[in-house]
Amino acid sequence: MAGRAAVATAAGAALGCSAGLPRRHRLGIAIDLRRCIAAGGCRACIDACHRAHNVPDIGDARHEVKWIWKEPFERAFAAEDAETITGALRGQMVPVFCNHCDNPPCVRVCPARATWARDDGLVTIDAHRCIGCRYCVAACPYGSRSFNWIDPRPFVAEPMSRYPTRTRGVVEKCNLCEERLADGKLPACVEACPERAMVFGDLADAASEVRRVIDERYAIRRKPELGTRPQLFYVI
Amino acid sequence: MRDRAVILGGLALFLAAATWPAWRTLASTPSPPPDLPRPTGATRCVAPTAYMRASHMTLLAEWRDRVVRDGVRTYVDGDGREVAMSLSETCVGACHTDKAKFCDRCHDYARVTVTCWNCHVTPPPAPGGAR
Repeated sequence: MAGRAAVATAAGAALGCSAGLPRRHRLGIAIDLRRCIAAGGCRACIDACHRAHNVPDIGDARHEVKWIWKEPFERAFAAEDAETITGALRGQMVPVFCNHCDNPPCVRVCPARATWARDDGLVTIDAHRCIGCRYCVAACPYGSRSFNWIDPRPFVAEPMSRYPTRTRGVVEKCNLCEERLADGKLPACVEACPERAMVFGDLADAASEVRRVIDERYAIRRKPELGTRPQLFYVI
Repeated sequence: MRDRAVILGGLALFLAAATWPAWRTLASTPSPPPDLPRPTGATRCVAPTAYMRASHMTLLAEWRDRVVRDGVRTYVDGDGREVAMSLSETCVGACHTDKAKFCDRCHDYARVTVTCWNCHVTPPPAPGGAR
């Protein structure tokens, strides 16, 4: 976390964690949907993420494992009144992945403490500890978590040694490129986007670009009425 | 006792059969320890050899918890050298570059099953590296 600016107390107080205390840092991503859908059937973020993390391409919908995928706008944002969605967004495929919620239900239900939220809000999984009960898969209202029903290794085209694969019997999901952040890099999806539609940063830092994007433009989140406080902001 | 001979004879036979694994092992020549190649990437390990022989699994478990649970990725060894706490990138990637010739040989000899490789991917050994 070296180099991050100090938190403006007003912004920090507004982004309290589930314990009610203000976070010093709160990671999040703003996705500019206009720029994203302008690229048509682009899969750059999905391919970059899945390649960097050895996510298997199983091809069978019953066993599929995905960290980031595309949903139709109406399915991803069912709370948005369908009649008021503008023509540009209607029927468009939007990228969805783990929201790294401020009040994550998956963390609360894990019986093995295999998934937890870091101080900066990143929700991660310890595959060594996961017992495969899939309680977290049921708890996540966004479908962000995938269970390895079968051995994924044969379905990973070119395993990267930089990051492990998983075995059959554990859950996986987007980890906000925790290992890349430790190296000072951006998340793979953010870096790969050819339209520069994604902005990653510290939402608790009033001077960060992601904070500025959300302050200046209108952004929506998936299922905000559930109280999970997701931190993926879709700028429409 | 009329049956003393039978009883003592049976007892002796049983003891011989029960201790058969022990004296058979003592009588046989032990298989030679595996021939492990020297590391190609470095001259010094992150810990003394005697410690690594006895407790490398403890070190790796501590590394795993530090990286995954605490988010600390750098290890400072006894000489002050900093290495990344990574099985694939440091242990195998940088030093013991051929996992099959180093890690597997000893594990097979000791008949130890490790599950690390179910997930952790090792970079392929460089051609002409370890013998």
